[in-house]
This record gives sequence, structure tokens and C-alpha cells, in this order.
Amino acid sequence: MPMWIEWTIATKFLREGKSQSALILIGIAVGVAVIVFLTALITGLQGNIIERTLGTQAHIKVQPTDEANRILTPTDGSVQLVLENKRAQRLRSINNWQQVRDVLDTLPQVKAVSPVISGPAFARRGEALESVALIGIDAVRYQRIIAIQDDVVAGVFRIGAGDTVIGKQLASDLGIRVGDKLRLDGGQGRESVVNVAGIFELGVRELDARYVYLDMKQTQSLLNLPGAATIIDVTVDDIFDAQAVAARIARLTGLKAESWMETNAQLMNALRSQSLSTQMISVFVALSVALGIASVLSVSVVQRTREIGILRAMGTTRQQMLRVFLVQGALFGLAGSLVGIFAGYGLVGAFNTFGPKLFYIPVSPWLLAAAALLATVTGIVSAAIPARRAAGLDPVEAIRHV
Amino acid sequence: MSEHDADQEVLRLQHLKKSYNVGKPTEVEVLHGLDLRLQRRDFAALIGASGSGKSTLLNLIGLLDKPTAGELFLLGEPTQDMDDARRTALRGSAIGFVFQFHHLIQAFSALENVLMPLMVATGKPTQDQLKRGRGLLAEVGLAGLDQRKPDQLSGGQQQRVAVARALITRPALLLADEPTGNLDSKSAAEVFELFRKFNREFGCAVLLVTHDPRLSDQCDRTVTLVDGRIQSDTKKAAAAA
Repeated sequence: MPMWIEWTIATKFLREGKSQSALILIGIAVGVAVIVFLTALITGLQGNIIERTLGTQAHIKVQPTDEANRILTPTDGSVQLVLENKRAQRLRSINNWQQVRDVLDTLPQVKAVSPVISGPAFARRGEALESVALIGIDAVRYQRIIAIQDDVVAGVFRIGAGDTVIGKQLASDLGIRVGDKLRLDGGQGRESVVNVAGIFELGVRELDARYVYLDMKQTQSLLNLPGAATIIDVTVDDIFDAQAVAARIARLTGLKAESWMETNAQLMNALRSQSLSTQMISVFVALSVALGIASVLSVSVVQRTREIGILRAMGTTRQQMLRVFLVQGALFGLAGSLVGIFAGYGLVGAFNTFGPKLFYIPVSPWLLAAAALLATVTGIVSAAIPARRAAGLDPVEAIRHV
Repeated sequence: MSEHDADQEVLRLQHLKKSYNVGKPTEVEVLHGLDLRLQRRDFAALIGASGSGKSTLLNLIGLLDKPTAGELFLLGEPTQDMDDARRTALRGSAIGFVFQFHHLIQAFSALENVLMPLMVATGKPTQDQLKRGRGLLAEVGLAGLDQRKPDQLSGGQQQRVAVARALITRPALLLADEPTGNLDSKSAAEVFELFRKFNREFGCAVLLVTHDPRLSDQCDRTVTLVDGRIQSDTKKAAAAA
């Protein structure tokens, strides 16, 4: 076994200084437990927030690029002064959206693709008038993006052939119950009367007050965009890949692809700040653990100066002496972190069982493995200074040390 | 001295000098150019008053310290220009140390302490080495005490463990610094007898630093150090014969 003698000396030294070893192990364990618990808590909290946010929206929205003015290039030798007003963006279809949909279906990270035609309209019942957003969907595909059928509070989720599903807020604003008729006005005389088959409640007021689900055909005729889709919704396997996948889609299709991270920039910012503060706390806890290990080993080097001198006289090399103390640091880190992982895991369990129960904190085995690895590496790094001192001792003086 | 040539040169000092605080105003030369030869058969005492440079010389010979000038040959090899790793390796294999205070490692058993020079060189001891360690412990009169920790042994027993440790590598040269200074006269006599025995049986040159005349009188050869110079180097008639 390589480094057998280093391991042997290191473990014997640790066992000899039992109370010292025990104290620093407790210190490391507490530090690791704090890091594990805090990281799990924040990860769980963020996961929960993201899940709630993404429960009502796609990870990536693919839309036509904005229309821009095309300005004639000036002829040679002439100067051109241009006053340009940005163009108003009219509702437009994605060109060849069927092909785009099929291409997106083949992308490896993409989980679901759903073309949508969406535009403004009025919903009218009697004298009451509400502005709404028409959402024309392919129901099967759409439900893979947003599990809208689970949020239906009355009736059934059935669209097409004159059926619609509307939000709970809109229903109450217009005094509509399942089975009632609703008149939709897409402007310029394009009207149709639909039957309300279901009422949903997503829990987001804006959506519950404005969304009117129809099938694509009805929406296309109401918005006067025959055969069109204005948006393609996409979900991805790993939500944090959304930005990269969106960029890839944009390159691939020449369309505008916006990830949920861009549309929720403020939320992302908050999450990032939260992660940053967690990391800061972890770093400082790790730092104080490291200083603890370093100081215990420094004391140990002083206490064992004579023994180090004897070992050197017996033919122990400087490198071996160095490794003896690095191994001690590594063992401190590893053993302390194993205890700390159990403690942190227990804390999370206690939180899940006895805490406010607002959300459940999952603990990933990777977090535990990472914590053990981090603590071990910290142990080795913090042992470096005392280990160098031990290796650098002059054997003659070390042996005389009392 | 069956396995070894008794005349083989173990150690040779050539104009060996040692100064402390080199380059500073407080520079002081402790050893002023020593010449000395030791052969395998030698059983020598190095005597001198406190401050005569005995310990300094012992550290130089033990490759624990480097001379300022001159050359030190160990088993015919010049050591002045060796790097730290080679000096450490040579120290481990060719030299056995016995210090005034036993200097055992408390965390290890008697047997592990004896095997320490082998373990740091080659790792986990083989069955053969374990047998050799137990044999040596038996030879120094500690049969059956292999597993005792140093603090479970008397002072004399501890020093005998240290002697066994010094001999485990079958060194060519045994350096002993006041090995009996801390022992009662009975234990001291026993330890001295061990040195004698190993010198005779294994052909291991012994250099024994002491200022106890009773001890040096029993050695075959007496090297006297005065103020960093060898004042006399006398051999007893019996040993010379």
C-alpha cells in the first residue's frame, strides 16, 4: 500500500491526541452540517419558487423576429440623412412554423414543443366587456408544457368545435358558469360565439382574468391569420439550460427565442443574490473550519517536535513528514464531514417533519458527496502550513526540543 | 565478525570543520579540522568536557548536520555534496542512533518502535522483518514485551528498545550519545554489554559519546576532544592486539 507509513503515523498521532481530535472533529462537523442544511434549504426553496413560476409558462418562447425598417443604401457620392421611427410590431405568424416545430422536436435537450397562436380580443356577455388574450393551442402538445387540465376547477378541459376554457377571474367578471355562451370579438367584425366548457384557476391573477383557450383554427380566424402560429412554446430537460437552448434555437431557426430566465430577469436576479449569499456563508464557515484544523495541527507539530526529530533521525524523509500531517488534515476533514453530513441530513429531516411545511426540502446525494469532498480538500489545504513546518524542522534541534 | 571484514573503513573525517552563525559577526568555529578513521571492529569512546564539540561532531557523523568545511566519508562515500534525500536514505540504512533519553515514539508499541527505521524506508513490515524485530527485542532481554507502549516500560527497558531500534537496519555504525546517562548502574551495565555484543557479533562500529570515565575506560579506544580539536586518540593494548 502506498504511503502506508504516513497513514500509520498519522492515525496513531490522531488517536494519541484523542481529546484534541474529538474537539476539532466536532467543529468540522458543525461547519459541514451548517453548509449542508443551508444549501439544501436554499436549493429546495429556489426549486419550489422556480417550479411555481414555470408551472404557468414555457421555458422558452420562440417568436418571429421584430420587423425593422429597411433603409435604402445611399448611392456613391451622396449623403443620406435618415429619420427613422421604429416600426409598430403587428401580429405575425412564424413562417413555416410546422417545419420549425418538427425541427425543435428533434433537438436533444428539448422535452416538449407546442405551437400557439395568441392575440388580443374582447370577450362580451350582455353589456359586460373584458379585454382578453386568445390562446389558440394544440391541446395535446400544450398540456405537455403546462398541465392546464390539472387546474380546471369547473367543467372539463375541452376546446375546439366552438368550445372554450376560460379563467376563473374572467368567468366571475362576466358572470359565466360552465355551459354558458361567450361572445368573442377579434376586431374588424370577426366575431364568434363559443360555449364555455371549463373554467381553470392557475393562481396567477393576470392569467385567470385574461386567458381564453381555444383551438388553433378558431383563433386563427378570429385574429385573421389563417394557418398561423405566433409563438412556439418549448420546455427543456434542464431548466437552467434554457438560456443555452434558446440561443441554439435562435441560431438554428433565425427566430427570436427567449428563455424564462430572460423573461423573469428580476426573479433570476433575486435567486442569484440568494445563492450568492448562501455561498458566502458557506465560504466563511469553510474558512473558519480550515483555520481550526490549521491551528490544531500547528499545536500538534509543536507538541511533537521531538518525535518528528526522532523520526527524521530514523530516516523519515521531509516529504514523508509533510504527508503525515497532510493525511491528518485530510482525515480530520473526511471524518468531520461524515459526522456533519449525518447531522445536516438530520436537520433537513427535522425541518421537513416539524418545520412550517411550506415546502419540502430534497437532499441530493451529490450535495452530501460534494460536502465530504470539500471538507477533505479543506483539511488537506489547511494542513499545508503546519505540515511544511513539520517537514522543515531541523532534526538536530527537533531532537533537543523538550 | 564472520560476515564483515573487520578492517573495513566505516567512517573517515578529513579536516572536518564546523562553524555556527556563518557570515554573521557572531560566527564561531566549534570544530577546527578533525581527522578520524573508524573501522568495523572499533568500539570507541568520544570524551570531552561540556562545550568541547562532542555533540556537534556526533550530529555531523550522523548526517543530521552538515560540516562547514572538510569531508566526511561514510562507508567510503563522500557525503558533503549529497542532497537531503540521499543523506536521509544513507542515515536510515547505515547509522543507528541511541540517544541519552530513550526517544521512543509514544504512540507506537515497542515492536513498532524497533521496526520504525525499516517502516519509514519500505512500508508495512514483512513477516521476516517482524521476526527480526522480535528476535532483537529478545536479544536485548525484552522477549514478550513487543506490544507494550513506551510508557508501560521502565527507563532501562525503554533504552533497550532504543538499542534494538538502532540495530534493526544492521547499521555499519552505531552512534550513542550518553546512552546510559539516564539509567541506574545495573541497567547501564546491561546496555553497555549489548553494545559490546553487537560490535562483536555483527561487526558494527560503535562510537559512544560520554563523559563518564567508568564507561570510556571499558572501551577499546578513546578519542578525547578538547576545544574542538582531537587531543588524543588512544587504543588499549588488548584491543590493538
